[in-house]
Amino acid sequence: MNRHLLNYLGWRLLQSLVVITIVVIGSFMLLHLVPGDMVDVLGGQRGDMDAELMATLRTRYGLDQPMLVQLFNYVTGVLQGDLGYSFRNSNTVLSLVLQRLPATILLVVCSVAVAVFIGTLAGVFAARHVHRPIDVIISMVVLVFYATPVFMTGLGLVIIFSVKLKLLPVGGLITPGVDMTTLQLVGDVAQHLILPVLSLSLFYIAIYARLARASMLQVLNQDYIRTAYAKGLGTSHVIIGHALRNALLPVVTMVGLQIAELFGGAVLTETIFSLPGVGRLAYDSVFERDYPLILGVLLVCSFVIILVNLIIDLIYTLLDPRVEVSR
Amino acid sequence: MRPAKLLLGLGAALCALTSFAQAEEPVRGGNATFIMSPAPQILTSAITTAGAEQVVSSKISDSLFTYDYDLNPKPLLAESFSVSDDGLRVTINLRKGVKWHDGKEFTSEDVAFTTMEVWKVLHGRGRTIFGNVTAVETPDPYTAIFVLSKPSPGMLKSLAAQQAQILPAHIYKGTDIATNPANLKPIGTGPFKFVSFSPGDNLVLERNPDYWDTGKPYLDKLIFRFIPDPATRASAIESGEAQIAPQNLVPMADLERLGATGEFDITTKGYEFQNEMEMIEFNLDDPIMKDKRVRQAIAHAIDRDWIVENIFFGYGKSAETPLHQQLTEMFDASGVPQYAFDPEKAKALLDEAGYKPDANGVRLKLTVDPLPYGEHQASIAAYMREAFRAVGIDLTVRAQDFAGFVKRVYTDRDFQFTINLLTGGSDPTIGTQRTFWSQSFKPGVGFSNGSHYVSPEMDKLLETAASEMDVAKRKAEYHEFQKLAMEDLPVFPLVAVESVTIASKRLKNHTIDANGTYSNFANVYLTPAE
Repeated sequence: MNRHLLNYLGWRLLQSLVVITIVVIGSFMLLHLVPGDMVDVLGGQRGDMDAELMATLRTRYGLDQPMLVQLFNYVTGVLQGDLGYSFRNSNTVLSLVLQRLPATILLVVCSVAVAVFIGTLAGVFAARHVHRPIDVIISMVVLVFYATPVFMTGLGLVIIFSVKLKLLPVGGLITPGVDMTTLQLVGDVAQHLILPVLSLSLFYIAIYARLARASMLQVLNQDYIRTAYAKGLGTSHVIIGHALRNALLPVVTMVGLQIAELFGGAVLTETIFSLPGVGRLAYDSVFERDYPLILGVLLVCSFVIILVNLIIDLIYTLLDPRVEVSR
Repeated sequence: MRPAKLLLGLGAALCALTSFAQAEEPVRGGNATFIMSPAPQILTSAITTAGAEQVVSSKISDSLFTYDYDLNPKPLLAESFSVSDDGLRVTINLRKGVKWHDGKEFTSEDVAFTTMEVWKVLHGRGRTIFGNVTAVETPDPYTAIFVLSKPSPGMLKSLAAQQAQILPAHIYKGTDIATNPANLKPIGTGPFKFVSFSPGDNLVLERNPDYWDTGKPYLDKLIFRFIPDPATRASAIESGEAQIAPQNLVPMADLERLGATGEFDITTKGYEFQNEMEMIEFNLDDPIMKDKRVRQAIAHAIDRDWIVENIFFGYGKSAETPLHQQLTEMFDASGVPQYAFDPEKAKALLDEAGYKPDANGVRLKLTVDPLPYGEHQASIAAYMREAFRAVGIDLTVRAQDFAGFVKRVYTDRDFQFTINLLTGGSDPTIGTQRTFWSQSFKPGVGFSNGSHYVSPEMDKLLETAASEMDVAKRKAEYHEFQKLAMEDLPVFPLVAVESVTIASKRLKNHTIDANGTYSNFANVYLTPAE
């Protein structure tokens, strides 16, 4: 590995630490501004608690301490690799989050991949036939999907493919209670992912299609493309070998920006397709005021997002040798 | 005969049950999928009052009793019981030869341990139900004697699995119960054994081949799937991916359409132990709400039949007393003051209270806080905003999440009135009492006496009835309670809610007693697909 890269990685690591610290402290403060705590929820869940038990629970969960002490305790724990314990789930925060992370990562990565692939393809195709009917049709179709809320697309797909045609499962990540070989398991998960990935990516296809179309049009007007054609290269060679590589740069930038948004937006898809992902874990834990769990989800997600962005920056250098990593 | 009595006594909702009454040979084998939401977080209901935990752990752990539709106890892990004449000693004879899933024998030690160290200490409602239990004696492994400081007739109504799950003493004793790993990998005595749990996704249970009731259960596997979105739940039932969804998990609006296909049983039975009531809780500390005439005016301004028809799609009844009519032993509306829908009377009452209409016809500005649990309370609030306009009340509907609601109403007491969903339970001492008893006004405690209603007369009635061993006297005392509650009107009962279970017609015996889908499912079987 060259020294440039090492330097760069070190610098990025430092930046990430600052970001994560801000995320932790900021969310901790915000959470404590919200009315009601976990014991209020526990006591409220149609049980009949008494004040004494509630006080015992508050002491036990450390909720009776001043906020700064709680923050200090939490940060000390995190620095020692302890993300805390979720009393509601009788489990450590780390294992809860790690249990849920695969579903979200699968969903987000597959959706981005599908959206980028189809979107770019559609965009390039539209650019090649600019202002012709097919260009207009592509733009219209992707805009319709962009304008349709994800939950509507999702429910529509469920009604068609699960309820009426009975081709695909309604939700979940695997078929529970069935013994499967690894290969069958992969097939089963893939089947479960088709509808959620489709409904989430349909929304994002529009963005990539518009982006790819615009940047492709720009690139196609460049001199070097004319040169390539003049050399007698075939259309597909010019498009794929010369134009696309440059046109992809803005698309890759967009992926980096959207990963974070997708993690957030996945909550809706996870809910409709009952996928056991971190989005729903975060959503549920907010309603339960399970502070360590919410913070744990935020922390792990920030980490993943930072990592993805780092990878994307490295992809740049592969796509475009002019880009170099440096501070 | 019970089936005959049922069929005679109950109307259309029971049509679905006729198939259960037929003597059909149960079929062994098959997997059934059960929809749940919210998802359980742990698998041990002995330390929580959350509904999902109760549903799943009742399949893994049997309880001492289950209850028939009139809430009479039927033996399960108990074989028989007797109560001493003074009501202070309840002797329970346990079934012999029952094994925990790890092979150890179930004994009275487990009952004593769970009662004294788990229910009384960690379970929300257990602290009320078993409050008078001072000790559990275990003269031999098959006898447990509950020793009480005061007679507690309500206790015997509450020994079903959903709120009195028995834990294995050999696994829990001497450990931190709340964080014991067995809470996530439960060991029970029930018909189904734990296989795997994916939090937020599914729970798989398999047949316990060594179940004490030989030959049962009939299913090979019982799979719970946690589906948070109501429309997706309806789709899972419709597509046949799941066979049963209890507790209104499939939206009422979808029921008519699904029912019309002829493929599903729709029943409101099996919730007799639960008895949910939609109620208005008036904050009696509020200067406006303190005036009984205002509370009466509000009661007269609401068309409860409209609410039942349009918000509950007919699954419920306009409430006549604070007790649910399913509580057949105690419910009695005779001579109880009623508040019929009468906007003119409401206006007259407001006039009398000194609230005259201003230039815009507004007499009074009020704020309501509907409980954010499901959609019914918010819909009722929206209806009220419109209906109240007719009598000159300008109503603001305030929204917040569950924790925010609990804090506002029960800790900060910063509200005028709520629309709340309160569980009555299998006996008035379990649920209803806490709403009216001055001793249960406890700021900070959710779903306690939220009105801050204090009436020595009411306290005396409730306290006497709670430990009254004579059934007829107890009934009369609760009749007086119903009259006084509707006269003083600290809360106004709106709808006695009926919960709905929808299941594939192939799934038999899912609702055979008052515990409904909260029972152990040992008798449930699946007929082969056609």
